[in-house]
Amino acid sequence: MACVNPDGTITESAKALLRIIENPKTPVEISKQLGQPLFKIRSSLREMVSANLVKEEGDRYKISEKGKEKI
Amino acid sequence: MEQTNETQEKKIERIPRIGEPAPQFEAVTTQGNIKLEDFKGSWLILFSHPADFTPVCTTEFIGFAQIHPQLKEMNCELMGLSIDSVYSHIAWARNVEEKLGQKLTFPIIADLNKEVASKYGMIMPGESKTETSRCVFVIDDKQILRAMIYYPLTTGRNMDEILRLIQALQTTDEHGVATPANWRPGDKVIVPPPNTQEMAEERVKDTKFECKDWYFCKKELRRK
Repeated sequence: MACVNPDGTITESAKALLRIIENPKTPVEISKQLGQPLFKIRSSLREMVSANLVKEEGDRYKISEKGKEKI
Repeated sequence: MEQTNETQEKKIERIPRIGEPAPQFEAVTTQGNIKLEDFKGSWLILFSHPADFTPVCTTEFIGFAQIHPQLKEMNCELMGLSIDSVYSHIAWARNVEEKLGQKLTFPIIADLNKEVASKYGMIMPGESKTETSRCVFVIDDKQILRAMIYYPLTTGRNMDEILRLIQALQTTDEHGVATPANWRPGDKVIVPPPNTQEMAEERVKDTKFECKDWYFCKKELRRK
């Protein structure tokens, strides 16, 4: 589930992930809610944290202001 | 400094062994950048194939894709690898779906720099210096390497055996037993042999077990 396209736009699956983390969630919670394997969620979150679309809050993840602009 | 480099090189070339932590890596795949640690908590079959757009590999990929749903039910993921680019993998996956009707649902590592292949000893220079052999590494949910299978370039792997292997290993973990030759789920399992004379005497008297002798006892597993 690569999330960020080279032109800075994001994939539909990435938008779906961002939409469900208005309230912080753990990777396991996100995986269950989206029905996606945990390894894909971990990989996607890492990519989106690096692109400043997602913020880490302890073991949970939350959409950033930049992320909100993308959905 | 030279000695350190030499030592590191030797370390990288060492083939991992059963029971050791699986060598960690981060790799470009058809489903984005993936680290081995992303799979923590689930089992993983990491397998290599010689090259995209080759016939034996195509039959194997169809086979792996077909057992993928059963593996997922056993909390086991799949990931392929070859020394090809991600664009080649994408084109091949699309071709397999278009021409053969099978969608490839698992990530495939594009190991162009051979980093993962070297860490896992997937290249057999006697066969080919530029392709990975048909290797299978079973990595458990704690990222320990639990089993390895190596097949040559010419011979496609048996998907049924790969499924059976995962079933056997998970049964061993769950029940603390071993599994005999050609074991299938539902068959009797092997009880670990006793370690003392006293335990051996008790074992042969125990009616829960079907014993040929004190060291060779089987039992039924209770179905859940």
